[in-house]
Amino acid sequence: MIGCDVSIDYPHLANPSFCAMQTTAPAITTYDLKLTLPLAAFFVVFFLSPLAILLYVSLHTDAAMTAHGLTQYGKFLLDPFSLGVLGRTLWVGVQVTALCLLLGLPLAWVYVRLTGGLQTVLMVVILLPLLTSVVVRTFAWIVILGRQGIVNSTLAALGVIDAPLRLLYTEGGMVVALAQVQMPLMVLPLITALSRLDPNLLDASAALGAGHWRTFRRVVLPLILPGVIAGCLLTYAASITAFITQTLVGGGQLLFMPMYIYQQASTLSNWPFAAAISIIFLAAVLAVVSLFNVLGRLSKGYAHA
Amino acid sequence: MTRQRQSLGDLSFTATIYGLALAGLALLLLPSLVVIIVSFTSGFSLKFPPPGYSWRWYVALLDAWQLHFAAANSFKVACWTTLLSVVLGVSASLAIARSTHWTARLLDSLFMSPLVLPALAFGIAALMFFSLIGLSISILTLIIGHTVVCVPYVIRTTVASLAQLNPALLESSASLGASRFYTFRRVTLPLIRPGIMAGAFIAFMSSFDNVPVSLFLRDARTDMLPIRMWQDLENRLDVTIAAVSGVMIAFTIAALIVMERISGLSRRLR
Repeated sequence: MIGCDVSIDYPHLANPSFCAMQTTAPAITTYDLKLTLPLAAFFVVFFLSPLAILLYVSLHTDAAMTAHGLTQYGKFLLDPFSLGVLGRTLWVGVQVTALCLLLGLPLAWVYVRLTGGLQTVLMVVILLPLLTSVVVRTFAWIVILGRQGIVNSTLAALGVIDAPLRLLYTEGGMVVALAQVQMPLMVLPLITALSRLDPNLLDASAALGAGHWRTFRRVVLPLILPGVIAGCLLTYAASITAFITQTLVGGGQLLFMPMYIYQQASTLSNWPFAAAISIIFLAAVLAVVSLFNVLGRLSKGYAHA
Repeated sequence: MTRQRQSLGDLSFTATIYGLALAGLALLLLPSLVVIIVSFTSGFSLKFPPPGYSWRWYVALLDAWQLHFAAANSFKVACWTTLLSVVLGVSASLAIARSTHWTARLLDSLFMSPLVLPALAFGIAALMFFSLIGLSISILTLIIGHTVVCVPYVIRTTVASLAQLNPALLESSASLGASRFYTFRRVTLPLIRPGIMAGAFIAFMSSFDNVPVSLFLRDARTDMLPIRMWQDLENRLDVTIAAVSGVMIAFTIAALIVMERISGLSRRLR
């Protein structure tokens, strides 16, 4: 491993792929890159071309698409209402991601410490929401948060409230619902990261006199940081585009980017503006994704140093 | 043993971790349980706890032809999407899994990008694209759109199982005189089959559940189940939807257990 031990001076070189490059794989184990051609062609025609057309449509000044110009972007970026929708959407993503991390990390922590049957049961509980229809999961929250829902009837039975609280169609209710819907995306990468953690490190830290909190902060967290960032990226990306949960639990009063795009396109048939908002939303998500990727790369160097 | 020196701090750590994990567990479990309980209500509202229990909403489901029609469409689209995703995805995975060439990395990022980009933006883009090239909205356009967003799942699990494949096995096969194709069919394919199956399963589920792409690419003739349910919920809070949800949860649990048995699904999702 001497050839790979460059992490002290050059942390960015200390990633596994760099080391893997030094041994060239024998011919039988590799396949011709031509095998990617069918999918690459499919993606060029049905993924990149539509996105190019989206960009083209967004560069029209009027709904009838007769003249070119950047007015649609100006209309969005100079309008406090539109900017508010974008800002609120990105902020909801942050809240959901934070809540998922707060509950998901302990869940993953407990999972890797369970054995046998209990571990299998917990895995099914974690996977079930991922595979259950998102409409079904969201519908559950309508039942829970509704005026006659489980929260209100419990609080009324305990005598805490006289009249039912309005929980549905509030941002708080929606953040909790979204957190449940996206939780598996956070927990799965965390389980991977935690199960790769060498248990001896925890013992060593304890033997040197560190308490659990200190060990967690100084040993565990730095080592699982790449997993944390991977989980955050998936959760964030999924929660800001969660159309169903946003419209059903968020309701009509709270407008978010996906519904804004849908309204402009389907209800108002304002295609250039819908296209421009989509491009702005795509750009915003790409910016967040790149930020996460940079953080991920930095965290890997940090863990190796 | 240092374990004996359990201080107050260590206790608080354990209590916090387990407390939060329990809250997380409740958050994951509760909604599905609530839906199942409410679906057996004898009343006409989503009141919880229900006033009484009955099978009436499941019986009502038998006559809900709009839901049957949408479910049949969703099933058809999900089957074709899965088939197309596996054929295109596995072939691409074979090439990019072990390649260190820069084009392989670039293609990998391209094929994975539908996972993080807002699918709704792609849905509207696809609608504009299809209307521009004169391909009218049909089952076919839905299958194409779904394949773009479902193929990353197949690639992810297939590439992961290829990465775990011991190259020595392939080398021995070759040194014993097997051709490339024979080695692929008799050594590589059986070993990566669980990975492919896990990917295909997730692709199927995510196509069956897709909303952002279907939203723009379907019409009355090609109604899709999640969209139908969403519209029913937007218009009136129908208890029938609770019964549909109950059926879907039951199917998902059954599928999950079967897939865990035959492909070790949970290990492949991480």
